[in-house]
Amino acid sequence: MDHMPENWGRPRSDVYGVYNPAIHNAGPTTHTQQPSITGTSVIAIKYNKGVMLAADNLASYGSLARFTDQERLIKVGKETVVGFSGDVSDMQYLELLLERLIIEDNYDQDGHNLRAPHIYEYLSRVMYNRRSKIDPLWNAILVAGKKDDGSPFLAYVDLLGVTYSAPTIATGFGAYLAVPLLRKIASDDGDEKMITEQQARAALDECMKVLFYRDARSLDKYSVATVTTDGEVTIEQNVRCKDMSWRFADHIRGYGTQTM
Amino acid sequence: MFRNSYDNDSITYSPTGRLFQVEYALEAIKQGSAAVGLVSKTHAVIVALKRSAEELGSYQKKIIRIDDHLGIALAGLSPDARVLSNFMRQQAMSSRMIYDRPIPVSRVVSAIGDKAQRNTQIYGRRPYGVGLLVAGFDETGPHLFEFQPSGTVLEYFGAAIGARSQSARTYLERNFEEFHEASLEDLVLHGLRALRDTLAQDKELLAQNTSIGVVGLDMKFTLYDNDDAREWLEKLGDVGSTRGRRLPDEPQPEATEDAPVTDAPPPEETDTVEPIETDA
Repeated sequence: MDHMPENWGRPRSDVYGVYNPAIHNAGPTTHTQQPSITGTSVIAIKYNKGVMLAADNLASYGSLARFTDQERLIKVGKETVVGFSGDVSDMQYLELLLERLIIEDNYDQDGHNLRAPHIYEYLSRVMYNRRSKIDPLWNAILVAGKKDDGSPFLAYVDLLGVTYSAPTIATGFGAYLAVPLLRKIASDDGDEKMITEQQARAALDECMKVLFYRDARSLDKYSVATVTTDGEVTIEQNVRCKDMSWRFADHIRGYGTQTM
Repeated sequence: MFRNSYDNDSITYSPTGRLFQVEYALEAIKQGSAAVGLVSKTHAVIVALKRSAEELGSYQKKIIRIDDHLGIALAGLSPDARVLSNFMRQQAMSSRMIYDRPIPVSRVVSAIGDKAQRNTQIYGRRPYGVGLLVAGFDETGPHLFEFQPSGTVLEYFGAAIGARSQSARTYLERNFEEFHEASLEDLVLHGLRALRDTLAQDKELLAQNTSIGVVGLDMKFTLYDNDDAREWLEKLGDVGSTRGRRLPDEPQPEATEDAPVTDAPPPEETDTVEPIETDA
């Protein structure tokens, strides 16, 4: 028994010679097994009157910095921001799904609007459903907004369908580099009540700078989104890393063109 | 000879622009016992009169919980209500699973409205033979909707469906201005008084035949049946039919107390049914 479906129903090899599958361009059905164009970390922190997110504008093709104007923080509905890292085409697909979702939700005009917890639940169902088909959407996603009780909402879902929420969350490299810095000011639930908008912004700017120093798939140009508990959303674009110092670079050896 | 040839299916119009099968379905609601619904600014209440097929039998369920924030009262064919309530429960659970949100009352109601309307547009189907009162509480407050087999759904401050429901509607129309500010207790009592007005002569509201459904602010949908209903009936006090009663200053006719009790259903009084036009 030949267990390979792609070999079934072919002309007999003993009569017609070995079949060359290349002649009809066929192979087994395949699913995404790796991302191609990717965005790096998204970082976010809750503060006393909302949530703030940051993500840079780079879309990489492997290690190539392919696109430098990619927006990865998306406003969904009236008072929710979704931040995507990972595969950009899958992000664009999810953007489409969310846009349709919001349009259909608005048909009724009955005073009911999808807010962050609802959009988050929907996304987590989509992500887990796709991973269960062994055809995941290759993203790690942050959803920010406000809860039903008016407090800030921030939660994570990724390509495996893993979900959690915390006062500070970062995806990708940021989970290693930014989270320890952010947890210095907000480590436990409730700590966000002590953080002002200015403090949150300073922490995010600092983290984006550290990420640009150490994450080779990052950019010094990024966007900062703010969702307040009043339901106001602002996305500030083309923010630049400031006060960087690259003097240490002189001492790096082992890469590039130096001859010692 | 006088057969109505425009009532063989539910999608063919009569020359006068009517869908007879849909009108018959609307009549089926009036065959069912009454249900009354009303809302205040914080709560929605449905009350219903249950019927038993015979003395020794149990009473037919009239109020069905759909979700923690939602319930229905029915009048008409209860199997059709079962189909609709199962559908509503599925919709409610889907909403909780996909969006982590209790389904908005208006949305689940328009979903069954669409479902019922489809039957009046597709050959080989029949309209549902049941009317519903849907009481729920969501982000936009308490709501009461009336559903009809035609696919009509309308929101009300107070509504009544089923046998002799015109009497209940009359009560609601006279008192609805008090509903908005009413306490939960007053709202339920208003509902029970309206329901009491639908009773046949010599019948009364009993713990066994009265169902009360309540939902509202900080309160899950709660069904008061049997012993739980008895407490409400005690608050109501007078549970007997007001039918055939005289006002105190009216001269008492003779021998009213010995009126013969019959098992025959009392004649329809106010729900006069328009005679069906025969187009033949």
